[in-house]
Amino acid sequence: MRFITEFRSSKLASGLLSQIRLRSRTPARLMEFCGGHTVAIFKHGIRQMLPSTLEMVSGPGCPVCVTANADIDRAIALSQVPGVIIVTFGDMLKIPGSRSSLQEAKAGGADVRMVYSTLDAVKIASENTDKSVVFLGIGFETTAPTVAASVIQAMQEGIDNYYVLSLHKLCPPVIRAILDSGEVRLNGLVCPGHVSAIIGSYPWEVIAREYHIPCVISGFEPVDILQCVSMLVDQIERGEAKVEIAYRRGVRPEGNPEAIKLMEKVFEPAPARWRGMGELPASGLKLRREYRQFDAELAFDIATEPAQEPEGCICGEILRGTKVPRDCSLFAGICTPEHPVGPCMVSSEGSCSAHYLYGGDLAG
Amino acid sequence: MPDRILLTHGSGGSLARELVEKSFLKVLNNPLLARLDDSAVFDFSGKLAFTTDSHVVSPIFFPGGDIGRLAVCGTVNDLAMSGARPLYLSLAFIIEEGLAMSDLDRVVASIQRAAEEAGVKIITGDTKVVSRGSADGLFINTAGIGVVPEGVNISGSNASPGDKVILSGNIGDHSIAVLSKREGLSFATDLESDCAPLGSLVAEMIAASSSIRCLRDPTRGGLAATLNEVAGQSGVGIRIEEEKIPVREEVLGACEMLGLDPLYLANEGKLVAVVPARDAGVVLKAMRANCYGKEAAIVGEVLSENPGRVVMRTGLGTSRIVDMLVGDPLPRIC
Repeated sequence: MRFITEFRSSKLASGLLSQIRLRSRTPARLMEFCGGHTVAIFKHGIRQMLPSTLEMVSGPGCPVCVTANADIDRAIALSQVPGVIIVTFGDMLKIPGSRSSLQEAKAGGADVRMVYSTLDAVKIASENTDKSVVFLGIGFETTAPTVAASVIQAMQEGIDNYYVLSLHKLCPPVIRAILDSGEVRLNGLVCPGHVSAIIGSYPWEVIAREYHIPCVISGFEPVDILQCVSMLVDQIERGEAKVEIAYRRGVRPEGNPEAIKLMEKVFEPAPARWRGMGELPASGLKLRREYRQFDAELAFDIATEPAQEPEGCICGEILRGTKVPRDCSLFAGICTPEHPVGPCMVSSEGSCSAHYLYGGDLAG
Repeated sequence: MPDRILLTHGSGGSLARELVEKSFLKVLNNPLLARLDDSAVFDFSGKLAFTTDSHVVSPIFFPGGDIGRLAVCGTVNDLAMSGARPLYLSLAFIIEEGLAMSDLDRVVASIQRAAEEAGVKIITGDTKVVSRGSADGLFINTAGIGVVPEGVNISGSNASPGDKVILSGNIGDHSIAVLSKREGLSFATDLESDCAPLGSLVAEMIAASSSIRCLRDPTRGGLAATLNEVAGQSGVGIRIEEEKIPVREEVLGACEMLGLDPLYLANEGKLVAVVPARDAGVVLKAMRANCYGKEAAIVGEVLSENPGRVVMRTGLGTSRIVDMLVGDPLPRIC
């Protein structure tokens, strides 16, 4: 088992496709929540292969895309505080806030560093005791436990110059918000793989039941996604609405209890600002009282100008699934990966970037 | 000698002289360099290829290579991609004050080994030392010259419909090997950089066919950038087959983890050749006989449709456009 090539097998894929074509009768709109799924779907040309009964729309599952401009502005403002080192995951660097990006702040002299592991952020703090090291806690339930682990490590090691600006977001609440709004009619959910590896399948059970919508957790290879679509089609055709896992090698129903424990130990649910959706209750995470010494919100007085959204940019609607990139008058003209206007064009997980890079028109 | 590079090493005084003699000349020794004149003087005849490249890799030592080997191979390969036989290189160091002398010695030894392997000589050089913080350890610039054999005409603008596209081996090894050791990003892998001089591979390909149209080494921007350049310069379309592009499972795995695409990863010991269909077989055979072309494969062909564009047929039988790399590939979050 090598875990990748098997799941790109054209034989398996065409088998699944013929099942989907054979069984799909009812027109249905499926939302893939996760940006990783959006990229995989475009990269492998999956939309081209699905029967005309099935429409796929992209959801708000790109962690940097859903970060509100006001929060990016605050991160940039923090980077300007003398003696502050900003540490972040890579994707965040390029995202434009109201007036600039962390990448531009870095070029202008701010100390902004990229890490892949949160424990490296703690290491930077322990090596720079004369500085304040602020980690930007971005991401869903996938990254939150690792950030929690960094806070616990900093506490154990007595590191007192490490802070977290928690901009974490939770998946199930935003899916609910989308379903509640009724803006877009959905018949099935391609549930996120990595997030579910942490939270398991139970949180989706409530959604499947309450909204009577089939939910299938998918992996990120073409065969995973096609298997997920095939399971969704079967549920739709049978009139069922349950949670299934098409990503057994990554997801157990109970998720990762250790990671959940860690996350719940350090963080508690809090309202969060979402790009395009405004503030949603209990959709984010903040540091618990016991860990408030690490909370950048409390340690720094972060003042920013009111946030501005770029004129004409419809990233918010795209994240809600009500519009697609081609509906945007800026798409591929004014807004390109070289000169991005909105975050969905910047992030490697963003819908606009996936449409732009992989969804080009082959005619002519 | 002190065990670290000092600003004085770049001052032109006695310490500088000592550095040149003990660290450089002793290792890179050859008669043209040993004269220590302001420029190297030599006889030359034939068509000349001339190129330059600067190297700023971080970290300077990585699995399968180091900045020194990279500096030699980079320039040698740029010469080879014009069909030239590489002859001589210049070598200029910009050293950050405080670099360990042992690190510098290790790099110079690696430069000599790579030069020997590539059959080139370092015949002139320069050293500057900058204060701490003004550079990242060590930067190297190399320029090189080579001679282009009679009758060889290789250029990115020569591709023509019907030609085959050959790739010399696995893509992405260099990028992932370097990334795996980068500060803040380290992960465990046995992958090594493919960093290698390709002069002999090219010479053997040219001996097998006199009508090779284009040669390119897919360094920064990866295979995607290289093919887009050729498609643009030649005004043709290129179609590649995903399943035929050799990529190691470890590279695929790292790409999935980091959210990167192997097509955009840098290589330092690979080449792409565009060859008329009738010669593709003999060129492929010659490549596979060379130690740097063992995994060579025909990965696509040149078309008259979609001029300037590269299209890939995916493993699932769908098609998608392969665009140039935009911005830096940064690891994703989720």
